[in-house]
Amino acid sequence: MTTSTVTAAAKAPGKAAAPDPARLRRRRRLAQWGFVAPAVVFMLLFFGYPLVRNVVMSFQHYTPKTFFTSEAPFNGTDNWSAVLQDALFGKALWHTLVFTAGSLLGQFCIGLALAVFFSRRFPLNGVLRSLILLPWLVPMVVSGIVWRRILDQDTGVLNTFLGVIGLGGDTPWLTSPDVALLSVILVNIWIGIPFNMVILYGGLQEIPRELYEAASLDGASAWRTFRSVTLPMLRPVITVVLVLGFMSTVKILDLILALTDGGPADATQTLGTLTYQNSFVQLDFGAGAVVGNVLILISAAFAVFYLRANRTDGK
Amino acid sequence: MTAHPLVVAQRGPRRPRRAVTSLAAVAVLVTGAALTGCAQQRDSDVYTVMNSSTDESYHRWDAEAMARCGKQLGIRIEQQSVPAAQVMTKALRMASSKSLPDIVQFDASEMPTFAEAGGLVDLRTLGLETDGIPEGIVEFGSYRGTYYGAARSVNTLALFYNKDILDRAGLEVPATWDELRETAGQLTEGRRYGLALSAGGAEDGVFQFTPFMWSNKGDETELDSPQVVEALDYWKALLQDGSLSRSTVNWTQADVNDQFMAGNAAMMINGPWQVETLNTDESLDWGIAQIPVPQAGDASVGPLGGAVLTVPKTGDEDRERAAGRVVACLAGEKEQLTYALNSWMVPANEKAAAVWRDRVPELDALADQVAEARSRTGKLGAGWSSASLALQSAFQSALTGQSSEAALKRAQQRATSGN
Repeated sequence: MTTSTVTAAAKAPGKAAAPDPARLRRRRRLAQWGFVAPAVVFMLLFFGYPLVRNVVMSFQHYTPKTFFTSEAPFNGTDNWSAVLQDALFGKALWHTLVFTAGSLLGQFCIGLALAVFFSRRFPLNGVLRSLILLPWLVPMVVSGIVWRRILDQDTGVLNTFLGVIGLGGDTPWLTSPDVALLSVILVNIWIGIPFNMVILYGGLQEIPRELYEAASLDGASAWRTFRSVTLPMLRPVITVVLVLGFMSTVKILDLILALTDGGPADATQTLGTLTYQNSFVQLDFGAGAVVGNVLILISAAFAVFYLRANRTDGK
Repeated sequence: MTAHPLVVAQRGPRRPRRAVTSLAAVAVLVTGAALTGCAQQRDSDVYTVMNSSTDESYHRWDAEAMARCGKQLGIRIEQQSVPAAQVMTKALRMASSKSLPDIVQFDASEMPTFAEAGGLVDLRTLGLETDGIPEGIVEFGSYRGTYYGAARSVNTLALFYNKDILDRAGLEVPATWDELRETAGQLTEGRRYGLALSAGGAEDGVFQFTPFMWSNKGDETELDSPQVVEALDYWKALLQDGSLSRSTVNWTQADVNDQFMAGNAAMMINGPWQVETLNTDESLDWGIAQIPVPQAGDASVGPLGGAVLTVPKTGDEDRERAAGRVVACLAGEKEQLTYALNSWMVPANEKAAAVWRDRVPELDALADQVAEARSRTGKLGAGWSSASLALQSAFQSALTGQSSEAALKRAQQRATSGN
């Protein structure tokens, strides 16, 4: 697209009288809105509507009957109080926080370490880097099913391996309520590493080489260089990685369903699995919407944080 | 992620207007495309059946049965298979967009929910008869006395055992809880467990717990009764003996079958739907028996499982009547027998069941078990899912260390509070 200004159009030859400037402005404004309109329509239709619908639904008695009669009587805050008073909700909230924090920390640290490692040149760099991308290519449910086999207490590969090298080999990875959440976090870290590595690797490539030269001239140690050059220069990328990672981790569902089904004894029940259970197992869509809304609120808080962080970066 | 700064072109006053029009047109098209996705055209000679036959073999058997019935009735019957866990939600969505298929095959434990919502037609009004079908199975397809679902075949759980392992150990097939515990203990050896069952955190686990709960005269209406506590303590004892793997809490019924086939378990609790897989291993010599009972002489009460064919209310009475004829054909004596022989499940019809017993005598125990079996939703109806979720959590807590009593007390509270 080429750009030119309205003044150019006004000066164009062949026009006897200059058009009314107010009318021109109006047209220009209209045109601007015209370009924004499809995006607005799209957002309202596919994001705004479901969002509002979900909020409304959380105040309704929404049951299988509703699908036939389209009647969903409002029941005030009944759904909310029922869900918030349920002991399982508190548990799920806590598990979600632990799961998200643990996953992000693990994914980020290992991803960053690998990104730094791969930013040097060495033989087979490319091959190894693409191998690390593998977990990203595997669908979540497939990873879940494969890991469920690997982590089986009696016949799993992991315990067999640990037994052979003399490290016990009897860990109840997925069958003890004390260990299951940790196992699920570990699997999710494995899944999340490639994403973190790729984005951080890209960020590292953007840092000008001269800064490192200057640092080495100043006699800075490797750690000092990392802390004073690499980290600050990576900051915007780190924000992106963490916020996007947060959004995809906090709502996790498929991995947990495939690995543990929320068990044993609700030890891996998160807000994501709870929404699923309320809506699609118990068919209490109102209660499901409540949990969904809580998830949206948490994500929205982070989205605000992300936007603010980006704005200060811009200045 | 970086966004390219948007450059807005403005050549003259005419250009933007055209751009606006075309963009608006695009917006309208996108919206239109999104909305027309809902509408569905009904063809007068084509009837659709939604079921969960996503396995190749089941899909094929169903397709063959539908072709035969279609030919007989002079129509075409199409099959739409979705994963079992999605039948209910898909049917609900289709109900709200008024595009329900003519026949839906629900799992019998889900049918009450759909019936309660007012979505099903009484099959008797469509001319379906229930003569020759045992009372229990008519009830299985009924909700609050109305016959909504015709069962082609039913299934239940039984005790599968590896004949070679039992023979080598010189042991008899156990019939009581004490014998089962004893036998399982003696068969546990090295990497092999005496017994395998599923106590996973889903309906599979609850399905497997019910024969222990019911045979001990416990009941889902009172989860913290001494009888249920005793049944759960029995499971705990098996686990503490080492006769059950601790992975039990993470196993589905399919996992249990894998363990049995791999020789990691000498006996297992499972259903006839595994028979086809079991038969793929010719070196495996297995037998089947009723699930052991608390005391000799007690009835072994298993859960009645299986699917029922229902006619959802579509508002078009002529089509509903025709759909009733399709159900009558698919659930008729002849098709029942064919289906049962294919799938190793027990025909619902008495006459067909008698023929079936002659043809597959090795599954006799299963037919006996079915005669005593009970439906999960018989007492709680649509409330079953709450009780089931509470029960899953309870037996998992108990099997991983808590006391059965405390876990079941909490489960009862949770089930009654509806959360």
